[in-house]
Amino acid sequence: MSEALFGIHGAALEVRSQRMGVLASNIANAATPGYKARDIDFGAALADRLEQRRGGPSMPNGLDADHLLYRAPTMPSLDGNTVELNREQLAFAENALAYSATLSFVQGKVNTLTRALKGE
Amino acid sequence: MSVSDRPMTLFTMSEQAMSAQLVRMNAATSNLANAGSVSSTEEGAYRPIRAVFTAELDRATGLSSVRSDGLVRSETAPTKRYDPGHPLANGEGYVFETGVDESAEMIEIMESARQYQNVVQALQTAKQLMIETLRSE
Repeated sequence: MSEALFGIHGAALEVRSQRMGVLASNIANAATPGYKARDIDFGAALADRLEQRRGGPSMPNGLDADHLLYRAPTMPSLDGNTVELNREQLAFAENALAYSATLSFVQGKVNTLTRALKGE
Repeated sequence: MSVSDRPMTLFTMSEQAMSAQLVRMNAATSNLANAGSVSSTEEGAYRPIRAVFTAELDRATGLSSVRSDGLVRSETAPTKRYDPGHPLANGEGYVFETGVDESAEMIEIMESARQYQNVVQALQTAKQLMIETLRSE
């Protein structure tokens, strides 16, 4: 149902939301020794999600765990932590913006449908 | 931890990260408060404390928060100083001054405050997006 209504945007919003959590985890763990920064491969995760909606094989734990990749640090630090705050903040901002954009697509779709229902 | 039985959300994660930074900041402040304190024995001198962080992964959501696993005392040796007039001086006239590095502690506090701000900023952005999603008609 949501696939027919929102097209790619419903799935994209879910992946964006999940990526936001992963990036926020990185920012939260900026001082944890040995923590490895992770990120979601957005394109692959979205493609998988769409495939799943069309009746493809479901992912083992529901989460996009297969697309959760470790970030390669520009400069490794002594305590084994690979969080680089500037990169994480940039990725977080970019992701938030993309979330906003996707959300406005979804909202536009809902508005169109509401107007059609009301017959204005 | 009281929230461990429920699935982790962005809010619980940020809360734990902020608490961890607060523990770290308090440890550094305690060290600063004890800087320059002296003792009559080497064992009795104040040793600086440090917060130890560990990441806590929530498998269901893929979020990982921070847990502060208590405090450790660092093995910074106190400075032995000859000061026979000091009321705490031992039989040979020595006092032991704690090995707190004030500049390092100040930097620790600044870094902690900066990371605390980062978490708050990320949470605010995420919260704003959630509100926008909720308000959409």
